[in-house]
Amino acid sequence: MKIAFKLFASLSDYLPAGSRDNRIELDVDEGVSVAEMIRRYQVPERSAHLVLVNGLFVPPAERSRRRLQEGDEVAVWPPIAGG
Amino acid sequence: MGWNRKILRVDLAGGTCREEPLNMEWAQEYLGSRGLATKYLVSEIDPRVDPLSPDNKMIMATGPLTGTMASTGGRYTVVTKGPLTGAIACSNSGGFFGAEMKFAGWDMIIFEGRAPKPVYLHVENDRAELRDASHLWGKSCWETEETIKHELQDPLVRISSIGRAGENQVYYACIVNDLHRAAGRSGVGAVMGSKNLKAVALRGTKGVSGIRDFGEFMQATNAAKKVLADNAVTGQGLPKYGTQVLMNVINEIGALPTRNHRDVQFEDAGKISAEAMHEKRPSDGKPQLVTNAACFGCTIACGRISEIDKGHFTVKNNPKYWGASGGLEYEAAWALGAANGVGDLEALQYANLLCNEQGMDPISFGATVGAAMELYEMGVLTQEQIGLEAPFGSAAALAKLAEMTALGEGFGKEIGLGSKRLCTKCGHPELSMTVKGQEFPAYDSRGIQGMGLAYATSNRGACHLRGYTVASEVLGIPVKTDPHVTEGKAELVKAFQDATAVFDSAGICVFTSFAWTLADVQPQLAAACEGDWSMDKLNAVGERIWNMERQFNNAAGFTAKDDNLPPRLTSEPAKTGPAKGMVNHLDRMLPEYYQVRGWTPEGVPKPETLSRLGL
Ligand code: SF4
Repeated sequence: MKIAFKLFASLSDYLPAGSRDNRIELDVDEGVSVAEMIRRYQVPERSAHLVLVNGLFVPPAERSRRRLQEGDEVAVWPPIAGG
Repeated sequence: MGWNRKILRVDLAGGTCREEPLNMEWAQEYLGSRGLATKYLVSEIDPRVDPLSPDNKMIMATGPLTGTMASTGGRYTVVTKGPLTGAIACSNSGGFFGAEMKFAGWDMIIFEGRAPKPVYLHVENDRAELRDASHLWGKSCWETEETIKHELQDPLVRISSIGRAGENQVYYACIVNDLHRAAGRSGVGAVMGSKNLKAVALRGTKGVSGIRDFGEFMQATNAAKKVLADNAVTGQGLPKYGTQVLMNVINEIGALPTRNHRDVQFEDAGKISAEAMHEKRPSDGKPQLVTNAACFGCTIACGRISEIDKGHFTVKNNPKYWGASGGLEYEAAWALGAANGVGDLEALQYANLLCNEQGMDPISFGATVGAAMELYEMGVLTQEQIGLEAPFGSAAALAKLAEMTALGEGFGKEIGLGSKRLCTKCGHPELSMTVKGQEFPAYDSRGIQGMGLAYATSNRGACHLRGYTVASEVLGIPVKTDPHVTEGKAELVKAFQDATAVFDSAGICVFTSFAWTLADVQPQLAAACEGDWSMDKLNAVGERIWNMERQFNNAAGFTAKDDNLPPRLTSEPAKTGPAKGMVNHLDRMLPEYYQVRGWTPEGVPKPETLSRLGL
């Protein structure tokens, strides 16, 4: 199934070279979890602070339980803030 | 004591400057800066005064931590009655000006009346005098700063000034210090302009004395700095990406107001984000961002210094904009960009430079352009009226309107009215995305429910810096709450509002609150200031300040009806993203908020609330 995986701010370094707009489109196995995706790209767990699937927050405790579905967009940020 | 115990009172009509002792009883109740200056203002002016008349006063104030070694202790505030809103106005700025006021030996400067002709105030330690500013009138903030430094033969003098926008009384004119820091919101620059006061130039060589216990203060400030350094947000995120890092986050959660809040997601958000500012441009191979920058004493350094693309259509024949200068911060990038549907990063930086140069609030300016573009697309405003085509997304229109507004030319005069006056004039007040006449900042309250309540009840009109529940609802600071629910938001908003009043009044930057709680600020204040500065006391001070501001607004004629949101946000559901189908449910939160505050259902503080707070 196809999903989009997006890493922002300092985490963009973990995307493969040549990725554009902070995102990659991926073909992944059915049932892959959010946590597995984060691990696959070697994003340190403590840096994966704000994790959104389709714009909705996934709390740390739910990341290994949360299975992705076709068309999902996963977006991850380190701890950030603004004003 | 962290105070100098000295006020400078400037009678602009009479041309005199007088020293007064600071009211130390009030300092114990209202701390400093925002709180203490507001106490002076509400005690000295009629709440119904015309903000642009000589009877309004304007106060520039520091807090007890301003100018000290406390991190971010460079802040000062401008307190007055605001022309954009008719409510209390309190605009906060960083840079170096606030610290310099402290070094010169003053806690605050109160300006009264109107000068018969343009003047500027020059303060050198104890000496203060009004000087002729006829030669400065018509100059930009940048030219004013350069000219004053030259004529005083002092490159170290710190200057706050108004540009053409303040002179022309653009309703959202700001006061710019240190070239690109601004007391930005509510039109404090128009008040300064109405007083014929062009600039304030300060030079202080006294340093800060009178810290209550210096050893304890060193310890407390060092411990607090370590908290900032160790925190991933204040230690790494903000210095590297600035506030602009929020552009993609807020777009992703579907709360990025786009095209005058018609939409909640902007297809070009990535192009105007912090990440884009780091990317090399194809045109010259350089990123827009040159470096980060810090205000006085700040160990976070979130400021952005950027260089515009010299070949961009806005500046290619205008080298004066080619150097490195301030911007883009998140709010400016949003208001000049997403709010108008403009995805051209260089055009945003150009408009931002004009805002800094001539002293306009980019939030209110950008949002007013957004309203004008919607009116244009509806056919209510025409090309003939505006003098150009102004559809959403037009970078050319944004750039031209920024020039026209900054210089007070043509349709720029109408944009200078702000969105409420403009939309009302055009027969469509419902299209003005404002609360109490002030334009929203960069968060759509359909996707962040608590912000709807924070905006509706903000004492200075729509504002994110009076109660930034985004920290909790989106970023998880200090704890994550669900942005889509209304439950618990009344308490959350109150807690943010009261705590922010303390941060502001202490003289430090509210961005420290991404790592600090009041418990980190308390030991610093307790070591700097004489008196009881316990947590209980600080909580009471914050709540007292909030209620004092509310009482001023109520006396100025505001009622519960003004604690409201535009109908678009409460009746037009978000079209896309995770908040699709949602509106803001202010009606569910507001009655509870009044209750939590100890106010009547009409939004008036109850007598027992006032007596509990000593008001
Ligand atoms: S955090 Fe940013 S705005 Fe606040 S004082 Fe530091 S540099 Fe200035």
